[in-house]
Amino acid sequence: MSVDLEKLAQEEYKYGFVTDVEQEIAPKGLNEDVIRMISSKKNEPEWLLEWRLDAYERWKKMKEPRWAFLRYPKIDFNDISYYAAPKSNPRPKSLDEIDPEIKETYDKLGIPLEEQKMLAGVAVDAVFDSVSVFTTFKEKLAEEGVIFCSISEAVEEHPDLVRKYLGSVVPRGDNFYAALNSAVFTDGSFVYVPKGVRCPMELSTYFRINAENTGQFERTLIIADEGSYVSYLEGCTAPQRDESQLHAAVVELVAHNDATIKYSTIQNWYPGDKQGKGGIYNFVTKRGRCVGRSSRISWTQVETGSAITWKYPSCVLEGDNSVGEFYSVALTNRRQQADTGTKMIHVGKNTSSTIISKGISAGEGQNIYRGLVEIGKNAEKARNYTQCDSMLIGDCCGAHTFPYIEVRNSTAHMEHEASTSKIGEDQMFYCRQRGLSAEDAVSLIVNGFCKEVFKELPFEFAVEAEKLLSVSLEGSVG
Amino acid sequence: MLEVKNLHVQVDDKEILKGMNITVAPGEVHSIMGPNGSGKSTLAQVLAGKETYEVTEGEVTFQGKDLLDLEPEERACEGIFLAFQYPVEIPGVANTYLLREALNAKREYRDEKPLKHIEFAKLAREKMKALGIDEDLLKRSVNAGFSGGEKKRNEIFQMQILEPTLAVLDETDSGLDIDALKIVANGVNSMKDSGRSFIVITHYQRLLNYIVPDFVHVMVDGKIVRSGGKELAYELEEKGYAGF
Ligand SMILES: Nc1ncnc2c1ncn2[C@@H]1O[C@H](COP(=O)(O)OP(=O)(O)O)[C@@H](O)[C@H]1O
Ligand SMILES: [Mg+2]
Repeated sequence: MSVDLEKLAQEEYKYGFVTDVEQEIAPKGLNEDVIRMISSKKNEPEWLLEWRLDAYERWKKMKEPRWAFLRYPKIDFNDISYYAAPKSNPRPKSLDEIDPEIKETYDKLGIPLEEQKMLAGVAVDAVFDSVSVFTTFKEKLAEEGVIFCSISEAVEEHPDLVRKYLGSVVPRGDNFYAALNSAVFTDGSFVYVPKGVRCPMELSTYFRINAENTGQFERTLIIADEGSYVSYLEGCTAPQRDESQLHAAVVELVAHNDATIKYSTIQNWYPGDKQGKGGIYNFVTKRGRCVGRSSRISWTQVETGSAITWKYPSCVLEGDNSVGEFYSVALTNRRQQADTGTKMIHVGKNTSSTIISKGISAGEGQNIYRGLVEIGKNAEKARNYTQCDSMLIGDCCGAHTFPYIEVRNSTAHMEHEASTSKIGEDQMFYCRQRGLSAEDAVSLIVNGFCKEVFKELPFEFAVEAEKLLSVSLEGSVG
Repeated sequence: MLEVKNLHVQVDDKEILKGMNITVAPGEVHSIMGPNGSGKSTLAQVLAGKETYEVTEGEVTFQGKDLLDLEPEERACEGIFLAFQYPVEIPGVANTYLLREALNAKREYRDEKPLKHIEFAKLAREKMKALGIDEDLLKRSVNAGFSGGEKKRNEIFQMQILEPTLAVLDETDSGLDIDALKIVANGVNSMKDSGRSFIVITHYQRLLNYIVPDFVHVMVDGKIVRSGGKELAYELEEKGYAGF
């Protein structure tokens, strides 16, 4: 098997093409003028501009965090452009108004924007560089009172909601990347599900980075009012380029009494080439607040892309009986590095959280699980179950886990399990003896390893995730 | 069908097979018996292509092809099946799923169309019944939490689905009670035909009451020290391996 497991990721990234559209791109560099420019492009109200400028002031005083187990060259924040938008119709009312090149891009990515061609029951917000280019099924959703639009549109159409919730989960000075995002965020999705409504379809945002030397800073805000339910999925890809690009998003979720938010991610940003050249730097702050009693927030992520991943989707369990979940598959191949995990902050009584993390390292990939479970002093009878499994494929990769636990209430019940295994030589041989090729065997075993996480994904996406994992593993054996 | 000539195999510089010879013709059932550690499983794994074992000398031909030149999956597709002494667990992978993938890999190798879900399910159900395998076992992860007997029966079930040309059964009888043993033996006997051969590795003569071999070989310290008909098995039972 030594032979089998050495050859590495020759497989090409299938989404690496560039779309040729006329773009309006801000000059490189970050200063107040750039922020004012972004704000005015988006016709923002004064309070939001002030909010951005305040975030910028805070950011300037902050230091880039270096505690993660990641190695990458220093990012020059003045060598990035903070705004790129296609020049064509900024907010098309119908599909005919969309630049055909952009439409074709989404077709190529397998996300046709024509509603009749879509996966039944999935509404899509398509974000292209800094702007949302189209949102499908808006009218249908509106019938139920569900608001699903780009965040820029929400700022104009639903200013009270945005003002009330923006920054209420991830404050603008929360951390270095969140502050940067707050200063320059360009677009992203906004969802509001009213009281008692079960959102009739899956909502999904598809993020596409296209322009060169630009960062993508999107901001997503999802509010589930009392007794509502919503399942939301984000997907992402980027062209194949030799320079690394920065992606620093913020996602905020708010779940009121008895509300449920399921948030799934299939992250497939360009991972860089075999030598570690290029690829997306993904620095993301995702957090949900279970403010209401018996509310529930569930994060499911399948991370196969990016050169660097720094990401800890978290739940703050404030409401009594609220539930937080984190299901994660992170795969690193080639020279990819991922430092990812979650934080479960138990505040209310009887709160419970589940963490299931599956890290797979192949090639020269490095995979780090970093998690915090914090039980506050009033969190009577809080429960946490953590399971952290790592799988290694080959001899040049690595896996590390850093679980942190802070318990301030003696009634807490905690369970923690962890395992690290090398992909079993015996398992490989068994599958191959039955007739499977080495690659199919690896993909079968790894998909089995991830089963507990995949079953949390909406069905169509679970299938996609399995395929994606297989593709990402191609070349990890030979 | 299979010809093993002067096979020498080592692991970590330790020689395990020391000049092994065996010839198996189509339709024959051969039994290899021998004490623990004599190298029976090693032979089985080398035939199946396990790379941990280094062949230092000798040759193996299978249906005219140089077997040692083929990858494990190629050997499988050419018709070699190994019922493992210790079948591995593969968490999260449904038993049927692996088997369907395996069968379809084999079909693809022969330029046949893959079997559809329902066709496969029908085939599986038929074979399963005969072996007294619970439908539940198909949905569970490969060998995960299976009892010893379930694992062995599952190996035979896989063999029935994959219909090999040469099946090597490595101590498939050990750990089975008499009823399970009969089921396994029936599973093998029902597959016997003029084009299919078996190598039955066993520690005990007991199995050979149910699967009657054409030839019995006694293996000691990496070599076949004696070959004969089925009566050799009875002799072994009486005298033990001490005399060899
Ligand atoms: N992978 C291995 N690494 C080291 N030694 C091995 C390995 N496989 C088998 N052996 C050794 O080779 C000898 C024969 O083993 P095996 O073929 O399993 O015998 P049997 O099946 O007849 O009991 C034993 O001494 C065993 O310890
Ligand atoms: Mg053995």
